[in-house]
Amino acid sequence: MTKEPDIQNSLIKKFGFLEGKIRIPRERRIFADAAPENFATIIEYAMKDLSFTMLCTITGLDEGATLGFLYHLAREDGIMLSIKLNIDKNNPVIKTITGYFPGADIYERELMDLLGAKVEGLPEGRRYPLSDDWPVGDYPLRKDWKKQEGANNA
Amino acid sequence: MHKVVIPIGPQHPALKEPESFSVTLSGEKIMKFSAKLGYNHRGIEKACEERTYTQDVYLTERICGICSHSHSTCFVQAVEEIAAVAVPKRALYIRTLIGELERIHSHLLWLGVAGHEVGFDTLLMYSWRDREVVMDILAMLTGNRVNYGINTIGGVRRDVSPEQAKQILKAMDTLEERTKYYIQIATEETTLIQRLSGVGVLSNKDALKLGAVGPTARASGVDRDVRRDDPYAAYAEVKFKVITDNHNDVYGRTLVRMGELMEAYSIIRQIINNMPDGPVAVKVPRKIPAGEAVSRYEAPRGEDLHYVKANGTEKPERVKVRAPTLANIQTVAKMLEDRQLADLPIVIAAIDPCFSCTDRLTGVRQQGKRSKNVMRWEDLHSYSIKYYQEHGIDFTDLNKKLAKLLK
Repeated sequence: MTKEPDIQNSLIKKFGFLEGKIRIPRERRIFADAAPENFATIIEYAMKDLSFTMLCTITGLDEGATLGFLYHLAREDGIMLSIKLNIDKNNPVIKTITGYFPGADIYERELMDLLGAKVEGLPEGRRYPLSDDWPVGDYPLRKDWKKQEGANNA
Repeated sequence: MHKVVIPIGPQHPALKEPESFSVTLSGEKIMKFSAKLGYNHRGIEKACEERTYTQDVYLTERICGICSHSHSTCFVQAVEEIAAVAVPKRALYIRTLIGELERIHSHLLWLGVAGHEVGFDTLLMYSWRDREVVMDILAMLTGNRVNYGINTIGGVRRDVSPEQAKQILKAMDTLEERTKYYIQIATEETTLIQRLSGVGVLSNKDALKLGAVGPTARASGVDRDVRRDDPYAAYAEVKFKVITDNHNDVYGRTLVRMGELMEAYSIIRQIINNMPDGPVAVKVPRKIPAGEAVSRYEAPRGEDLHYVKANGTEKPERVKVRAPTLANIQTVAKMLEDRQLADLPIVIAAIDPCFSCTDRLTGVRQQGKRSKNVMRWEDLHSYSIKYYQEHGIDFTDLNKKLAKLLK
């Protein structure tokens, strides 16, 4: 395991504020906490200079006062970099990364439907995965979401 | 020429699962293709948060009817990583064995579907007949044809006996011989080659850009396989080739899957011959300590990914699933650009979108009698009621009450 610390060091060298915000829980897994203002540059750097050319998916989390977004990037050699963003739940605006990864489109729509994220720069398109008649403002993956009465027991 | 928009689905005879496609045509040529998904959304991620880890093993297994072992393995791997469980080696070997058997049944199923979509139904009949060989092996090992229920947190629930190992090796010989025949058909039968070549083209550049996974990506020359790149279970200890192809079309996808079948037979032989002795599971506490993990698995259709976050209780805080078809469906629009409408079914089928086929007839041989009784649905139903009554579970009174209420 030598590549993972190297990646950590390159990230810290380029973005000093990441010092202490990177964890390597095991071989081939790196987690980093980013902030919205420098997020796009980190994604670009990871993709272009550190060869994280694959976007596996984006995980959305309800963490109380904030919504967490985990961008799972991967390299050909199996190393995964999960970059995390935390955004205020009252105005959860994130910028689209479809400019870097066109395949992110459907993952971002999933965040909009299930967690109520607002994705800036994402073109109009069909929603995913909820149905067209799903109530507006109802985000099922939020922790305070309640099932409607009469709905089947999930 | 005048443009026509054709809606296909969500319910359509050519589709095996509910999805909705909108195809813009100019004559026979496809100008634009868009897909609306989500008709199969069952809220499993939310449901996982409301259940215990053990229940979630069975729930994640039911995400897909074909890659059921893929999802449950991917899930338990993440939980085991968070709980820092050392899974016994023999259990890892058995997981790998079931995983490769699942790949064989999935790829043979695909071959039949592909044959059917291009009007080569003899291939469907042949490959699905041969698929029964591997289905019988899976039923023998786990008790089920799909949804094997073999995984548990900390290992597997059933061991493999030496007699079973012998039968598996015998089945591999049969299947290898049959697969060689299919490879011969795929490389020599001109009608098949001409029907599949140049159809559903996805360039290497587009496959990388759109994030294609599995055989869809590998047939466009993308040399990626989680089994080799991010090894899990026993894959670090077996030798296999990652099959790639540069045809970039449905023909290439066929060759990749046939090649993967041959590799699967070789992996299974290595697993059986080198399986270590020892326990198949360790006990894991019901409460999983707080933490998070990302687990990857090379399912028959491509990379499967589970993210699990634990909060120290018996239930997970969050379970996120990314199944391979979601990554691949985005490539279909590219594959269909400027192509004929008639190519649509095979192009969609060629990414191998998931669907379930578990219907079967049960034959029961009565002890001491040579004749075979075929049980009809009604017989199975009354048999199950009788079985549960004999085991102390009786719903007769409840059913009466329910009937009364419904009146």
